[in-house]
Amino acid sequence: MMTEARLDVDLNGVRFPNPVLAASGCFGSGREMAGVIDLAGLGGIVTKSVTWAPTRGLSTPRMAETPSGMLNAIGLQNPGVEEFRAKDGPFIESLGVPVVVSVAGTSVEEYSQVTLRVRDLPGVVAIEANISCPNVERRNQVFACHADQAAEVIGAMTRLTTVPVFAKLTADVTNIVGVAQACVRAGAHGLSLINTLLGMAIDVETFRPRLGAVTGGLSGPAIRPVAVRCVYQVAQALPETPIIGIGGVTRAEDAVELMVAGAWAVQVGTANFFNPGAVAEVAAGIGEFLTRKGLAGPTDLRGKVQLRRNVPEPAHRRG
Amino acid sequence: MIRARCEVLSNRRTGRYHSLTLVAPEIAEDAKPGQFIEVGVPEGRDILLRRPFSIHQASRRGGWAGTLEIVFDALGPGTAWLAEARSHDVLDVVGPLGRPFNDPGDLSTCLLVGGGYGAAPLYFLAEELRAKDKAVHMIVGARTAERVFKPLEGKRLASSLVFTTDDGTMGELGRVTDALPSVIKRTGAQVVYACGPNPMLRAVGEYCRDLEIPCQVAVEELMACGLGICWTCVVPFIALDGRGWWNVRACVEGPVLNAARIWWDRWLGASADDQTPPEGFTAAPEPQLAKPWPR
Ligand SMILES: Cc1cc2nc3c(=O)[nH]c(=O)nc-3n(C[C@H](O)[C@H](O)[C@H](O)COP(=O)(O)OP(=O)(O)OC[C@H]3O[C@@H](n4cnc5c(N)ncnc54)[C@H](O)[C@@H]3O)c2cc1C
Ligand SMILES: Cc1cc2nc3c(=O)[nH]c(=O)nc-3n(C[C@H](O)[C@H](O)[C@H](O)COP(=O)(O)O)c2cc1C
Ligand code: FES
Repeated sequence: MMTEARLDVDLNGVRFPNPVLAASGCFGSGREMAGVIDLAGLGGIVTKSVTWAPTRGLSTPRMAETPSGMLNAIGLQNPGVEEFRAKDGPFIESLGVPVVVSVAGTSVEEYSQVTLRVRDLPGVVAIEANISCPNVERRNQVFACHADQAAEVIGAMTRLTTVPVFAKLTADVTNIVGVAQACVRAGAHGLSLINTLLGMAIDVETFRPRLGAVTGGLSGPAIRPVAVRCVYQVAQALPETPIIGIGGVTRAEDAVELMVAGAWAVQVGTANFFNPGAVAEVAAGIGEFLTRKGLAGPTDLRGKVQLRRNVPEPAHRRG
Repeated sequence: MIRARCEVLSNRRTGRYHSLTLVAPEIAEDAKPGQFIEVGVPEGRDILLRRPFSIHQASRRGGWAGTLEIVFDALGPGTAWLAEARSHDVLDVVGPLGRPFNDPGDLSTCLLVGGGYGAAPLYFLAEELRAKDKAVHMIVGARTAERVFKPLEGKRLASSLVFTTDDGTMGELGRVTDALPSVIKRTGAQVVYACGPNPMLRAVGEYCRDLEIPCQVAVEELMACGLGICWTCVVPFIALDGRGWWNVRACVEGPVLNAARIWWDRWLGASADDQTPPEGFTAAPEPQLAKPWPR
């Protein structure tokens, strides 16, 4: 008889009941979904990114559907960390599902201040630093696009808390491994790969950009190959560092692909919008997949990509 | 709110529109006028997101008990696919979603203003209001006669009904807002409900605000989820005390909103940056950091 696979995962001390979490900005804090689905099947929830002050975000249109994906330009709308504590804090404490708080800012100081206000919330097992934000002190360069600026934020946050910090990186860089290594050296416990890819869509009838903010982040199945590549490259360079794979997961097979590339866990974002049960369904599907393959748990998938021998360095071969 | 697999009972043409009836007993049981459903598109296509549609009719009694009707215009890939749905096809539906139109309370004379397929939820509202012994008057407008939604049903439901078309092919030539002043005067409307294109809602809302008639509008904004988790569907909404504003989600705080509190210029204006706030509006002070920002 086949034994059933265990789904719980341990990311060097950060534990989740299964390897599938809801991605930041795609699940609220879970409060909105509590009446819609049974939250018990979730591996965890990453909250919508929280900033210091209430942030109203960008003007509409904030989304544009594109082939197998969508562009969004929300502009980090959130009520600010004080209201987040007051409204979502008690919910997170009572939830019984591990919560990762996503922290965003536009200066190192803001990331630090927000970290100080969320590090003590009961129920929070980790902090995710959304560093795909413009740095107002450095000509609005995006933190995650520069290894030194990314490391500065992560270093400041990890000095302020013993709660493990995951750095969420963007693939819009020439060398994601370099940024990943800098974050780990600065104290990041793990890495979340990847955030949305910067994109743009234009209405050809009116010649107007389809997003109010002109450009926005691409998500959904369209970006999955990019996510798999990033996870693979970073996992090869940093095999001891927990990696959470994110990008275009809609089914268990997609999650398995990211884990075989090197992810220790995954997050599901856009899929929640059209399938509110996506996170739990993907988790259950991974269980079935493991059982079918006779594997004991998600770690049996991690980084198990089978490279053929004598393959030339694949990174820059594009056709 | 629930997610259900719903069988298509019928899919018919009504003028320019498609009228789709679904077997959805649990959703129909809870549905109120102004609420909407999100219909899933099939897997394996390159479109992913559900499509939102107002509830035109939710039958709880009689031969149609447990059914739900939506009305739509086939404009793009999602609605074109839906237009092809046949009896016995099964659709993935989430609903009912959003806040419905409010009960008028003590006010007894109601005016319902619909544009295009926006008239669909108003017929549902008209039935509910009539059941509460309210006087119901309507203005239904559209670009052209074939886009005037179910004119006979409108006549059956309303004590008085004015049609307008942009090209004069039916009723009065012009827009619903051209008919609005005289209809309000004639009927003594105490409360106005509107659904239709956003610029129409704005014109109706601003006119009612000037006359201090309460006005509720059901807005449309692009929605990725309909569940309140993506923040794509926002409308700038002025605080109750007039001080400050916030982007509220049309899918949970709306789609029915108090027209007088929508900051229309910011929402629908050409450029969001150079607009002056509405009169009597003072921005709330921005909260300060615990300590000053380092330079
Ligand atoms: C609360 C609400 C109620 C609605 N009720 C009705 C109704 O009763 N009848 C009806 O015909 N239409 C209604 N709409 C508009 C309807 O949702 C769109 O026409 C439809 O989604 C278009 O999909 P598409 O694939 O055919 O077009 P596309 O233009 O290709 O759609 C691309 C994307 O934009 C979105 N979108 C396009 N137009 C609109 C719009 N006007 N409002 C919101 N999202 C849009 C789509 O959902 C999709 O995600 C409603 C919209 C909202 C928000
Ligand atoms: C509407 C929307 C809002 C998002 N908001 C955030 C956010 O606040 N913080 C963040 O770190 N990532 C945010 N993301 C990115 C997702 O967390 C995720 O990294 C990305 O969408 C890729 O995963 P997916 O393809 O499964 O959606 C957002 C994505 C979407 C679509
Ligand atoms: S449509 Fe997602 S929050 Fe309203």
